[in-house]
Amino acid sequence: MNLSPATHDGQALHVVGKPLPRVEAVGKVTGGTLYADDIDLSGLLHCKLLRSHHAHARVLSIDTSSALAVPGVVAVITGQDLPARYGIMPTCEDEVALEHEKVRFVGDPVAAVAAVDEAAALAGCRAIRVEYDPLEAVESIEQALLSPGSEPIHDYAGPANIHRLAALEFGDVEAGFARADHIREDVFFFEGNTHLPMEQHSATAQAANGHVTLWSSTQNPHYVQRILASVLDLPMGHVRVVAAPHGGGFGGKCDPFSHEIVVCKLAMLTGRPVKCTLTREEVFYTHRGRHPVLMWVRTGVDASGRICAMHFRTALDGGAYGSYGPASTLYTGALQTTTYAIPAYRFEGARVFTNKAPCGPKRGHGTPQPRFALEVHLDKIAEEIGLDPVELRRRNYVKPFTRTVNWLRITSCGLEEVTDRVLEASRESRRERRPGHGVGFAVSSYMCGAGLPIYWNKLPHSECVINVGRGGVTLFCGATDIGQGSDSVLATVAAEELGLSPGDIRLVTGDTGLTPVDLGSYSSRVTFMAGNAARMAASRMRELIVAAVAEEEGCAPSEIEVREGKIGRLMFEEAAVLAEERLGTLSSHGSYSPPADIGGRYKGSGVGPSPAYSYSAAVVDLDADHCTGEVHVNKVWLAHDIGRAINELAVRGQVEGGVYMALGEALMEAQVYRDGLHKQPSMLDYKSLTFLEMPEVETILVETVDPEGPYGAKEVGQGPLLPVIPAVVSAVHDALGVWVDEVPVTPEKILKALDARAKGKEGRFGPKSFPDVPYPPLVKVTPPDAAAAAL
Amino acid sequence: MSASDDRDVLRLSVNGVEQALLVGPYTTLLELLREDLRLTGTKHGCELGECGACTVLVDGVAQLSCLVLPAQLDGAAVTTIEGLAEGSVLHPLQRAFMRSGALQCGYCTPGMILAAKALLDANPAPSREEIRQALAGNLCRCTGYASIIEAVEDVARSAS
Repeated sequence: MNLSPATHDGQALHVVGKPLPRVEAVGKVTGGTLYADDIDLSGLLHCKLLRSHHAHARVLSIDTSSALAVPGVVAVITGQDLPARYGIMPTCEDEVALEHEKVRFVGDPVAAVAAVDEAAALAGCRAIRVEYDPLEAVESIEQALLSPGSEPIHDYAGPANIHRLAALEFGDVEAGFARADHIREDVFFFEGNTHLPMEQHSATAQAANGHVTLWSSTQNPHYVQRILASVLDLPMGHVRVVAAPHGGGFGGKCDPFSHEIVVCKLAMLTGRPVKCTLTREEVFYTHRGRHPVLMWVRTGVDASGRICAMHFRTALDGGAYGSYGPASTLYTGALQTTTYAIPAYRFEGARVFTNKAPCGPKRGHGTPQPRFALEVHLDKIAEEIGLDPVELRRRNYVKPFTRTVNWLRITSCGLEEVTDRVLEASRESRRERRPGHGVGFAVSSYMCGAGLPIYWNKLPHSECVINVGRGGVTLFCGATDIGQGSDSVLATVAAEELGLSPGDIRLVTGDTGLTPVDLGSYSSRVTFMAGNAARMAASRMRELIVAAVAEEEGCAPSEIEVREGKIGRLMFEEAAVLAEERLGTLSSHGSYSPPADIGGRYKGSGVGPSPAYSYSAAVVDLDADHCTGEVHVNKVWLAHDIGRAINELAVRGQVEGGVYMALGEALMEAQVYRDGLHKQPSMLDYKSLTFLEMPEVETILVETVDPEGPYGAKEVGQGPLLPVIPAVVSAVHDALGVWVDEVPVTPEKILKALDARAKGKEGRFGPKSFPDVPYPPLVKVTPPDAAAAAL
Repeated sequence: MSASDDRDVLRLSVNGVEQALLVGPYTTLLELLREDLRLTGTKHGCELGECGACTVLVDGVAQLSCLVLPAQLDGAAVTTIEGLAEGSVLHPLQRAFMRSGALQCGYCTPGMILAAKALLDANPAPSREEIRQALAGNLCRCTGYASIIEAVEDVARSAS
C-alpha cells in the first residue's frame, strides 16, 4: 500500500484511513447478529408463496377454498387483496404483489398462505387450484423484437415486446467517422448472471394500531417504505421499514418484492406477525440480476489512435418486468465517456421483455457489459493499427476536471496513475512467455452515487442526526450496511470529527421509523453521500461542544484540540455535559445533495451523472489450455483510485470481493433458461468460484483525494469489478490467439474459437450479427463547448 | 404428548450443555438448532448441502447441519458458533477474522469459522493448499476468500 499522509486540509487524521475491524464484527463472529430470518416474534405466522409454473399464461381462476381448510392455515390472499400496481421506477409500475390476471415468468407469485408453520403454509399452497390458459413464451432478445405470436407480455410500451428505447447523439458522429483513418465494428454478448447472496431474502411484518413495521433483508428501506405505503394504502408515516443486518445484496435486494408486501398485508389481516423467507430456488427466480446484453460498437480512430467517433448499440434482455430497466438501458451507454475522451458519440439502446425472471441492478448496474465490449473492442483496434493497447488507451484517457461529450462532470481522476501502478506491479509476469500463458489489461470507471434519485424529488439524498447525551454519541442515518461496511464508514467519520474511536459511536441505521432518510445502498453512493452527511453532522456537533469548552476556558475555539477522547483538557463526556448545561439538548444534523451541474439537460441525462467517479485498472495473468479450453487464473492485479480510503481494510475487502465476483462472471456464472425454467437454480449447479479457483489478488490503492468526497473518499463497492472481465478476455486472446466475444468465457467457447481458426475461419466465438432494432430518431445533444469542457 | 407423536427423545450436548430433546424424524440438525434451541448463529444458505453456511462441529468434525438428522446423533457433542468464545473472550479464529477483514456481510462467517476450527484442531499447521481444500465447501460471496485464508494462517502461526 502507498497511501497518502494521514492529513486532510492540513489537519492530522486519527482514525480515517486506519485498517480497523468493522464496528459490527463481534456480532458476526459470535453468531449474535440477528439477520432477517433470525427474528422471532410471539405468535409468528409463516408465509409461503404459490408461484406460477408457466412462463406466460392467463390466469383464468384461483380457488383458495381448500387451502383455508388445511390444518394450521390462518389466511390466504390473492391478487384481489393487493390490486395496486407498483414498480421501483415511476415510469414502469408494471408489477402487482400477486398476479391474478396473467403470469409472465416461472416463479411469478399468484397467491400467499399464512400458517402456524412453514409446512402448513406449503400444504396450503398445494391445496390452491389455479386454472391457466398458456400463452406463447418469449425466450430471447431476437424473439422479443418480432411481432408476438400471441399477446405481448405487457400491454404498455412496444412495438413488439420492446420495453424501452433510447437514441442519443452527442456531437457530429458522421463527421467524426469521415475524418477517421481506421474504422472497426464488433459485436459482443454478455450472458446474464445473478447475485447469489449467501442469505436468502427474508421479511417479517407486524401490524398494530394502523401502523405496519417490516424487517427485511433490503438494501433500500426508504424505497420499500414508499411502495408499501402506496400498495397497502397507508400514510407513509404509518409504515416503518427496518433493514435487518444484511447477508449480502450486490444489487439483488434493491427492488420492493412481492414477499415484503404480502407479509405486511397478511399481518394487517391476521393481527399476527408474519414471516416469509425464500428458498434458494426462489432466490434464483426472484433474480433482478445482470441483464443479458447484445452489443454492437463501431469506432473510428485517426492515424495516431485517437478516437474520432463512436457508435454504441445495445439490446438488453429485461425478463418479465420493468424493475430498474429504464436506468439499466441508459447505463449501457452512459459511462463509455468517463474513461475515454470521445469527441462524438452516438448511443442507441433497447430493453425487451421476455418470459424469464426479471433482470435489474447487479454490481456495476448496466455498465459491466458495455465495459467488457468497449475494452475488448479497443484491444482489437490496437491490434489492427499496430499500436500497444495500453498506449491506445492512454492517448484517449479523459483528463481530471473536464466535462465529457455527454455532459458528465469529471473531477478527480487517477486513470494515469492506476495504469502506471498496475503495469509496474505486474511487470515480471508480463515479461514471462510460455505456451498458453496470457496477460490482459483493461481500465474502467464507476459512479460515486447516482446524481438523481429513483423518483423525482428535491430532498437531500442522505441525512444524518447526531445526539450526544448520557447515552454517549448516537448517530442516526438511513444508510444500510449490506456488508460493504457503511456502518463502519459512518462511525469512522463521526469519530474523526469528535476525537473518538469508531467503537464509541452508537449507530441507528437503515430504519425509516427512527432515522432521517438515506436513499439506500445502491449506485455506490453511501460513503460519498452518507459519509458527507455524517461529516457535516459530526463537525457541527464538535463546534457546539468546542464553543462551550472555549467559553469555559476563556479561549478561542481554534485553541481547543479535539483528539483521543478529549476536547481541550476535558474528557469528551465532561465537555458534552458542559455543552448540554449551556445549550440544552445536544443534537446536530447534516445532509447531502449532489451538486446541480454534474450532468446535462437532455432526456436521458438523469443516468450517468455522479458527484465523482472512481477509476480502476486490472491486469489478469492466466494459463489457457488449447486442448481442453480450461482457464486457470494465476493472479490479478487491481489498482483502484479510491480518492481516500476511510478504512483501508474494508477497501481492500471490497476490491478483492469485486475481483472475485468479476472472475465468476467472466468464466462461469450464467443465469440461463430452458423452456422458461432456470437451468441451474441451485448453488451446486450455478457455478461460482470456491477457495480452489480464486487466484491471488494484489490490491493497489491510489488516493487522488477528491475535492468533494468525505476526506476525499470515493467509491470501491462496484468499480473494481469492471475492468477484470475484459482483462480476462484479453488474456485468453493473448494466451491462445482467439477472441471469445461472449461472456462467460467457458472452455466450450474457447474450443469453438480454436476450432474455427483450425478450419481457416476467424479465430473467434461470439455473436455474428446485431438484430434490427427499431430505434427512435436520435435526440441530438450539443456537447459542452471548450470553455465548459474544461472545468 | 399425544399417542400419535412420532418424536424421539434425543440426548445431545450442545455447546457443552447436556440436553434431552424431543425431535421429529424429519427434523434436520439445522432446524433443531435454529428453531427449537433458537441458536440462530448457525445460518442457512441452501438447505441442500451446497453452500457450507450451516456448518457446525459434531464431535469435533465439521458437518453440514442441513444434511444431518439429529436421530443419528444420540449422545454426540455439537458445537455451534455460539459455543466458541469462552465467556466474553473470543476464540483466536474469531479475533483473527475480525482483524483480517475476513468477513463482510458475515452470513458465511459462522460456518467458515467452524470449518476452520475443525481443520486447525486436526492439523494445527496446515499449508495454504490444505486450508483451501478444507474450506472449499464453504462459499463466500463478499470477500474473495483471501482474507479468510490470511485469518486461518494467522491463527495457525500464533499457535505454533
